[in-house]
Amino acid sequence: MKSVCFYFQVHQPYRVKNYRVFDIGNDAEYFNDRGESNLNNRKIIEKVAQKSYIPATKLLIDLLNRHPEMRVSFSFSGVALEQLELYAPEVIALFKQLIDTGRVEVLGETYYHSLAFFYSPSEFERQVAKHRDKIRKFFGVWPRVFRNTELSYRNDLGQWADKNGYVGVLAEGWDPVLGWRSPNYVYRPKGSQNAKLLLKNYRLSDDVAFRFSSRDWSEWPLTAEKFAQWLGVAEGDVVNLFMDYETFGEHQWEDTGIFSFLEKLPEELAKNEGIDFKTPSEVITSYDARDEIDMPNTVTWADTDRDLTAWTGNPMQRSAIDAIYALEDKIMLANDRKLLEDWRKLQTSDHFYYMCTKWFSDGDVHAYFSPYESPYDAHIAYMNALQDLKLRLEKAK
Amino acid sequence: MFGWEFPPHNSGGLGVACQGLTRAMAARGIEIVFVMPKKIDVAAPWARFVFADSGVEARAVNSSLKPYVTGNGYARALHDAAIYGVSLLQEVRRYALLGGQIAQEERFDVIYAHDWLSFGAGVEAKRVSGKPLIVHVHATEFDRCGGPMGINEEVYEIEKEGMRAADRIIAVSQFTKDLIMREYGVPESKIKVVHNGIDELGESQGPNRLRLAALKASGYSIVLFLGRVTLQKGPDYFLRAARSVLEREPRTVFFMSGSGDMERQIMDMAAQFGISDRVLFTGFLRGHDRTEVYKAADLFVMPSVSEPFGITALEAMKSGTPVLLSKQSGAAEAVKHALKVDFWDVDEMTNKIAAVLRHKGLRQTLSEHGKHEASRLTWEDAAGKVENVLQETLLAGVQ
Repeated sequence: MKSVCFYFQVHQPYRVKNYRVFDIGNDAEYFNDRGESNLNNRKIIEKVAQKSYIPATKLLIDLLNRHPEMRVSFSFSGVALEQLELYAPEVIALFKQLIDTGRVEVLGETYYHSLAFFYSPSEFERQVAKHRDKIRKFFGVWPRVFRNTELSYRNDLGQWADKNGYVGVLAEGWDPVLGWRSPNYVYRPKGSQNAKLLLKNYRLSDDVAFRFSSRDWSEWPLTAEKFAQWLGVAEGDVVNLFMDYETFGEHQWEDTGIFSFLEKLPEELAKNEGIDFKTPSEVITSYDARDEIDMPNTVTWADTDRDLTAWTGNPMQRSAIDAIYALEDKIMLANDRKLLEDWRKLQTSDHFYYMCTKWFSDGDVHAYFSPYESPYDAHIAYMNALQDLKLRLEKAK
Repeated sequence: MFGWEFPPHNSGGLGVACQGLTRAMAARGIEIVFVMPKKIDVAAPWARFVFADSGVEARAVNSSLKPYVTGNGYARALHDAAIYGVSLLQEVRRYALLGGQIAQEERFDVIYAHDWLSFGAGVEAKRVSGKPLIVHVHATEFDRCGGPMGINEEVYEIEKEGMRAADRIIAVSQFTKDLIMREYGVPESKIKVVHNGIDELGESQGPNRLRLAALKASGYSIVLFLGRVTLQKGPDYFLRAARSVLEREPRTVFFMSGSGDMERQIMDMAAQFGISDRVLFTGFLRGHDRTEVYKAADLFVMPSVSEPFGITALEAMKSGTPVLLSKQSGAAEAVKHALKVDFWDVDEMTNKIAAVLRHKGLRQTLSEHGKHEASRLTWEDAAGKVENVLQETLLAGVQ
């Protein structure tokens, strides 16, 4: 038997508006852009809900009803759920319906989709706990498998998950780490007693997430039939297809045929003998770990480097992320709910990603999505907001 | 090739561009006869200095034309100098005739003219020789006047005639190409964009170093404006932003490096704003002084109202200095690792200047990436593109 394991990521940050030097000390609302730009969080949420979340979730509910063997998994950032609750509550209702089928697993992550694991273990734990509570309150389930922001992983994350009772962790199946080994097996994190490691098959995942509508690609157009055949002949125990949920309808627009691709996939897969759907927990129960994976350095699912340089690669990113975590002690002492929330919303990884200059010179607009005119503008808005936060913090004492 | 200024006898970026471009073209094996409208006694030492070894021959003709003067300004200057009877048009005609004369004496394949004062000479040389003409537009009357208000009709006509007569037009930016199409009615297909490059900068040394180091050591940041102090360059916007920045970052000094007809007005403005002690006028800087002030600055600001390119932006970037560029400039379209702002948006200018002064990470990132990016914009690349245009033009002539 071989399994296909889908995991979809749902995340939307609170984008910082063009917060200017004049606003410092005068405006404590950093995320309330109401203009026409892509800094307007409400506008973005409404748009993504219409184009992606609503049609994709309706389709999945329908598919789960029609195909009793079907399974998928999701991870929702807390900040995405908060904003959906506010601006597109219909999506939350659909997610509940989806999870109520009992065949959709919900994974654990940090509430604020942050990189806290690498900067503050205590804050990381608090954000994971807050996320767990939210998931339980919203969907009545308890995450048993963990995935860290941007699929970032290294040995100590596996060990942390193991100690904290998770049965598994998700990570990138990156060739330099795997060597001759295939991502299509279950592994054991180095130093872990029980927890297992599931590795993304990035080639097959990216065929859908990135290449689906690319006419330069020799396999275009990708049909459900063709993709099901590829999955059928893939070696190993499990093919882990991990991708952003926005793949359906937002990254790949409806007119690319992405929805009909998804719709036909279960029936096409059923034509293959000995292949089924499993959630991450089911995969972990069904298959033994084949080997131990040693990842002393952080690996992520980002770009061609698969490291954290998209978030911390240049001096302005590092100074911004250092500056936000440097406030932790004072924020905790201040004991002010709004301050704490704003501080945490500013930890979301996207803020630092928007400051990335890696391929900015090459004019590769597709490599990075950013609502700002430039990484420098992103940094300026962020640092201005941070300066205001510091002022508020001083006043709160 | 018809030009009008050349370093070290230059008052702005045009001379720098002519030097960089001709040197790189000569390196590609293109032989250049460079004609300048300068008095022989001024130009003689130049010929010795600049291209002695690089295959470019310098020629100079008698003329009282000066670059960067707007048509009306020129007439005024002539009036002040009481050179009776010499009008702008007569002067351009005289240069044109001399251009025609040189065209008869020299052997060449293509005529190449830089900006309006030499267009007449280029057109005349074409008439006399029948050889194709390329005009290189570094700036137009619309840029010099900061918009359509107050442009000199005669200058406009000369520019228009030069562009009409030209077989090809080279524009220093898309910004300028768009302006040429819009204001001069030139079809798109005739214009090719070639961004400027940048040469290696001279090493900094000399007395300025100590003085600026002392200023910085006492905790002051330096924000630099370097350019002619004229309407086109937006010094007044810079000053308004300076006032606003000083309210937030008082330990800042604003350098105004350059001279021009708005100098007095800007000094008065500084006094009126009560920031005279924080606005330092250095006059026109060249050589080591210039390199030094770029390096000392924490931020270079180019707030131009209309800037076809703006080589100073690349000079600053190459010095490792963060830059804030007007979006109404060619340089802003050529580089990514720069802060950008609409020249009229003084609040946003303030926001960005303050951010650079406050955040080291931002300065470092702009500096590192900017330096790298500027070093990739070379005159060799520009000369390669110009050579393509030359070849296309010659081929079109054969057909």
